[in-house]
Amino acid sequence: MMYQIPMESLDRLLAAIAAQQKLYLPTDNTAGEAVYTEWTQGAALSKKLNTLRSAKDFFFPQIQNMAKFRREGKKIEVIDDRAEADDFCIFGVRACDVRSFDVLDNVFLADPVDTWYETRRKHATVISLACTRPGETCFCHTFGIDAAKAGGDIQCWETKDTFYLEPLTEKGQALADALIAADGELLTQCGADQEALVEKETERIHKILEKLPLYDLKAEDNRERELELFRSKKWKELSSHCLGCGACTFVCPTCQCFDIEDFNNGETVQRYRCWDSCMYHDFTLMAAGTPRLTQTERFRQRFMHKLVYYPKAHDGLFSCVGCGRCLRKCPIHMNIVKVMETLKEEKE
Amino acid sequence: MQNELKWRGLELLKDGAVDRILGWRAGQFVYDITPDVFTDPEDLEKNFIYNEFCGANLSKYLIAESAKEGKVAVFLKPCDTYSFNQLCTEHRIHRENVYVIGIECYGKVSVDALRQRGIDGITGIRSEMGSLKIDTIYGEESVPAMEVYAERCRNCKSKKHVVFDELIGADGEVVDDCDRFDMVEKLEQMSAQERFEFWRGELSRCIRCNACRNVCPACSCEKCVFDNPKSGVLNKAAADNFEENMFHIIRAYHVAGRCTDCGECSRVCPEHIPLHLLNRKFIKDYNELYGDFVAGESVGQMSPVADFTTDRDAEPSVVQKGGDQ
Repeated sequence: MMYQIPMESLDRLLAAIAAQQKLYLPTDNTAGEAVYTEWTQGAALSKKLNTLRSAKDFFFPQIQNMAKFRREGKKIEVIDDRAEADDFCIFGVRACDVRSFDVLDNVFLADPVDTWYETRRKHATVISLACTRPGETCFCHTFGIDAAKAGGDIQCWETKDTFYLEPLTEKGQALADALIAADGELLTQCGADQEALVEKETERIHKILEKLPLYDLKAEDNRERELELFRSKKWKELSSHCLGCGACTFVCPTCQCFDIEDFNNGETVQRYRCWDSCMYHDFTLMAAGTPRLTQTERFRQRFMHKLVYYPKAHDGLFSCVGCGRCLRKCPIHMNIVKVMETLKEEKE
Repeated sequence: MQNELKWRGLELLKDGAVDRILGWRAGQFVYDITPDVFTDPEDLEKNFIYNEFCGANLSKYLIAESAKEGKVAVFLKPCDTYSFNQLCTEHRIHRENVYVIGIECYGKVSVDALRQRGIDGITGIRSEMGSLKIDTIYGEESVPAMEVYAERCRNCKSKKHVVFDELIGADGEVVDDCDRFDMVEKLEQMSAQERFEFWRGELSRCIRCNACRNVCPACSCEKCVFDNPKSGVLNKAAADNFEENMFHIIRAYHVAGRCTDCGECSRVCPEHIPLHLLNRKFIKDYNELYGDFVAGESVGQMSPVADFTTDRDAEPSVVQKGGDQ
């Protein structure tokens, strides 16, 4: 079942969703970048290709309190002070970020389940949006992602005059039903003619994708080449000018490493976790020191994880979704595409 | 200009005058340029690039490069030469191992500035008579180059090379009428509350990626004071706004008197936080309190707050009052 609403009524649709549950959508911040913000009356959906940071923040926030410990005498009390989560809706998620949720699910929802992640994931409804204007840094196609059919619980398309919605899951259909129940005139069911228009829009997007400079980039299955790639001499060249900052990691929708630390204020201990970056020199620091002594090993870790280790552990699925954020944000423009191309040369 | 640089680099490599060339390597697109070292003439000929996107300041890489055996030639734009001198002053660069080729610069373009104009799907960019012709998969765009220069270039402080062994192109002058302190003045005129809100707003976007620190030529400590797991506070945790504020403010204090205003911090910030304004405030204050001072202007000069002498300087009040409690 597909629904439609005129573009000029988009605000009405957003308000209707927000009346059901908390709604987050990409809006432009003062620095001119798109960021997810909670919807308020008058909030305008960003026209930017994608948000600066990915949507993973909703399920795996950069910093998150886990538990508290309080000591009295010889007793230690463990306090799980998590509040009951409410349902929420993320609107305008691009296809790349939707796929990133699969990548993260494989890690956080595997046994032992990460209940902090699981709770947020369960309460979220993902409304995706097809990319109307992909950029030159996009290469989701490389990983078999369709930017024109973005997936999620409800997938959407925006054309010049009409906004289309297609619920894909029970959760998505339930939200659509609730919207219709609240306002019978909000959404119109699409007929065959309108569905053909969506098909046309999909084709238009596919034609744009074909023009992208990275359209022909192939992701090779390197699971059998683990040791060979690990030992490659290319890592030294590739990493030689890496600044060792965490920009790539922190804008990446699939980077999933975190560090757990205790903050002790003398009375209580607050245990929290925060995103970590394998690019940092104290990543996986142990009493005996760090296993990755130079930036070369740290750099190698990041790309081996995305292109070899993760696929090895998850049936060939790559831990890169081709969103292109690292291509845009790396201060020295060293990125996964250059790594993939270089590793390919190595083979030739 | 790219060819001139390339041929000179090839000459130096082939003559054996230098062992390595520190320059810029071409990427997938016209703008995704990586700083890199070239040792193979063939590689240099094929992959060296110099265009309006070569904004990266190569000076800091010389800390590592000049410590290696042999000689390295480096291409430095006027503003980069200030960082170079400053690092020499701090004994971080082995000057004798570096051959500095000063290169003329008209300003560098910020890709982000293009994107903020809604230009995306970039496949090529050409410079034509002060304007940029941008090919995109959605058609051609044209913008005046000046409007999409990086902020540091729009307010260029100097076209003069304060150090070079040879020059390609002409040497310029210090730009006396540059407007780089305008925004600082605007901030000074704000009420304390307004200014506080301005900075809280800007710094609240910080994601603690540390790109500003890691790219900064003045941040050359072997180990940063913030990278201390024993401190009980994780440097990578964007714990709350105030912590981020403190990180940037402390960093600005630490580089005060050594910061040459090269603008790399703002260039690399993924969140577009105008970090250079913190540094400029210090530079402006130094100029007003101690007389004009330009970090990196020459090798060996001391920052006004680092060269206290009892016979010349008045005894600071803190010292006088120290005993009285």
